[in-house]
Amino acid sequence: MESLERILQEHSFVKDLSNEHVKLIVGCAKNVVFEPEKYFFKEDQEASEFYIIRSGKVALEIYTPEYGPITIQTLGEGDVLGWSWLIPPYLWRFDARAVELTRAIALDGKCLRGKCEQDPKLGYELMKSLTNVFEQRLYAMRLQLLDIYNLRSTN
Amino acid sequence: MDVMIPQSYRIQRVIKETHDTFTLELKPPEDPGKFIFSAGQFNMLYLFGIGEVPISISGDPSKIETLIHTIRAVGTITKQMSKLKKGDLIGVRGPFGSHWPVKEAIGNDVVIIAGGIGLAPLRPTIYKILSMRQQFGKIILLYGTRTPADILFRRELEKLRSRLDIDIFVTVDHATPVWKGNVGVVTTLIQRSHFDPFNTTAMICGPEIMMRYTISELTRRDVKSENIFVSMERNMKCAVGFCGHCQYGTKFICKDGPVFNYEQIKDLFGKREL
Amino acid sequence: MIIIERSSLDRLFEKIKTAGYKLIGPTIRDDAVVYDELNSTNDLPIGWTDEQDGGKYRLVKRNDNSLFGYVVGPQSWKRFLNPPLQRLWQAKRLDNKIETIPEQAENTKYAFIGVRSCELNAILIQDKVFIGGEFVNSSYQKRRKDNLIIAVNCTISGGTCFCVSMNTGPKVKEAFDLALTEVITHNEHYFLVETGSESGKNLLEDIPQRTASQDEINTGEELIKKTSDSMGRSLDTNNIKELLFNSFDHTQWDKVASRCLSCANCTMVCPTCFCTTVEDVTDLSGNIAERWQKWDSCFTLDFSYIHGGSIRSSVKSRYRQWMTHKLSTWFDQFGTSGCVGCGRCITWCPVAIDITEEVRVIRESDNLLTISKEEKSDGIA
Repeated sequence: MESLERILQEHSFVKDLSNEHVKLIVGCAKNVVFEPEKYFFKEDQEASEFYIIRSGKVALEIYTPEYGPITIQTLGEGDVLGWSWLIPPYLWRFDARAVELTRAIALDGKCLRGKCEQDPKLGYELMKSLTNVFEQRLYAMRLQLLDIYNLRSTN
Repeated sequence: MDVMIPQSYRIQRVIKETHDTFTLELKPPEDPGKFIFSAGQFNMLYLFGIGEVPISISGDPSKIETLIHTIRAVGTITKQMSKLKKGDLIGVRGPFGSHWPVKEAIGNDVVIIAGGIGLAPLRPTIYKILSMRQQFGKIILLYGTRTPADILFRRELEKLRSRLDIDIFVTVDHATPVWKGNVGVVTTLIQRSHFDPFNTTAMICGPEIMMRYTISELTRRDVKSENIFVSMERNMKCAVGFCGHCQYGTKFICKDGPVFNYEQIKDLFGKREL
Repeated sequence: MIIIERSSLDRLFEKIKTAGYKLIGPTIRDDAVVYDELNSTNDLPIGWTDEQDGGKYRLVKRNDNSLFGYVVGPQSWKRFLNPPLQRLWQAKRLDNKIETIPEQAENTKYAFIGVRSCELNAILIQDKVFIGGEFVNSSYQKRRKDNLIIAVNCTISGGTCFCVSMNTGPKVKEAFDLALTEVITHNEHYFLVETGSESGKNLLEDIPQRTASQDEINTGEELIKKTSDSMGRSLDTNNIKELLFNSFDHTQWDKVASRCLSCANCTMVCPTCFCTTVEDVTDLSGNIAERWQKWDSCFTLDFSYIHGGSIRSSVKSRYRQWMTHKLSTWFDQFGTSGCVGCGRCITWCPVAIDITEEVRVIRESDNLLTISKEEKSDGIA
């Protein structure tokens, strides 16, 4: 547990949290490893865990009938994977596949939700941290949507 | 006016890089021919009777017997140029403009960030830096394109990657089912790269929006403005500072650029309709 | 300082032509004073003056026979030094080989007579652009090398003149061969002549002349002082480089854009505007190509076109570009202002946009903006 705490503290996701709060989170955390091509989760499954990637690469995919799975984004070291554990009905919207051997810290969503209900301050701090992640992800997504290498004049 | 007269170069080889991008290998007119330039400079390429366009030089500066240009067919002239064949003639005026800061980067980590066709003006500086490899710290190339089919110099990049002393990361905006690499904008690669922000020289080339958000990400990583370099583009007619078209605020892109130290243009950069 | 009688001026004209110069000076055509080849002093706008204001130019008869009793018309000397249309080179394609044929160096030597101080400063400004940088415009350089300048000190001010504000006149200070100040009264008509160079001195040889008396010199100075004191416009140049550079988002640009037609008149008449474009053409066979240089204007929509669209697509951005370049960024690029206060842009703007007024509004409201910002932060707790 102690070493997990140390590993967790390295990540920017928890860097603004107090030591007590980090300890609380560690209580819901465990180390996981995914072999290449193994799925972290699939669309419509219950979002019970979320992950902080320590090393490796994960592809977020959407499955299409015509082309099979298409990768819409890849995540790597330091990225937070998954937030559907926070939003009812707590179901995954995408597939997440390990592209290479990926080590991560898995955080039990239900466990964390419970702790946040009991300690609203922890909840608020976690929200602030996650909102930062959302914002960055949304910004990057919007830029991706822009399709800048193919911009056409509307004139 | 002599500075406005192009010299005829003969096309030795045409390489189709992607569906809309091609490389011309040109032989200088003298015998033995030579073309000397610095990485980041450009030429005005002239198609007989049609017109001229500014194109960055994309070859190895140490290989002076051949002049290499990688061109994306986006307009009238470049689309006509894409039909050129070996043995055809093309007019060349140059080299013009400023160059990438290779000397200034000595002792630093070097982060090269390219978007789309932006890899072409950066390729000469990659060659130059690798030819003096031991004088630099980490060398990282981050490259983003629209789709996997748009990746330029793919084989060359794969070969470079097999060198263990340069990190190369490629990402695409839109993946295909068979693409196993990164997906997402090129800034996402910056977040995952390890370099010393206080001793890094960053060189960026790509669409202006891409350069803007790249600079913003590098700044978040504590890289100072004076260590960031960009290559700007504007309408050009003469390339020698007489026609006024390439003005960018206080600067002439043809004389003061196209490579700029971001510190010098940060008051201009991002100003709309400048 | 010497004096030449009006009657001897034709001798001077002859001498200049005999020396092989093409004599260009002011003359009247299309109800305006334009610059063209002169045969004698009779071609000058004798007894004419001009009334100028925003969007207004009229020639009015004077009640004397002065030769230079007006100021500047729509044309400037740039049309001879950097012509509106020039061929740069020709090329022939034969047997998959291309032969370029450079233009023959022009043999014309130009003598300009009637160059005003503002115009002389404009020529010097264009010298910096074309021959003062890393690349030299060789055809411009050749025309300037053999250029004879007979300047005229203005003894009347124009309705849109503000050379005093720009420190470019009305008295010529440098770079001339001869400078004339016309003195005309009911019984006298002569020219005070100042020599500015060896060529100027040589021109005066065997032209009837006498040394000017102190009274006569004073008369000349007074005329020039009167001109200084009666400028039609003024422009506060204090800190103007920073003022305009920092006014990028000023609301005044929207206001002027609603009036501006982007007709490009101002750039055509401005003596320092130098932008050109390049046009590549072929003949019908496709084997002979030519490159031509033409005057261009930053007010055109495609001036700033790169693949995808024009950077400056709004009229607002183009007007802002022109004015900011002229009064502000020109300093960064060439070390001086780009404006010489000749007032042509005011006179020839069809909607009478006045560059001095635009600066005034920006300057005054800039102060207001600062004040209101401070008030706001002191206000609400």
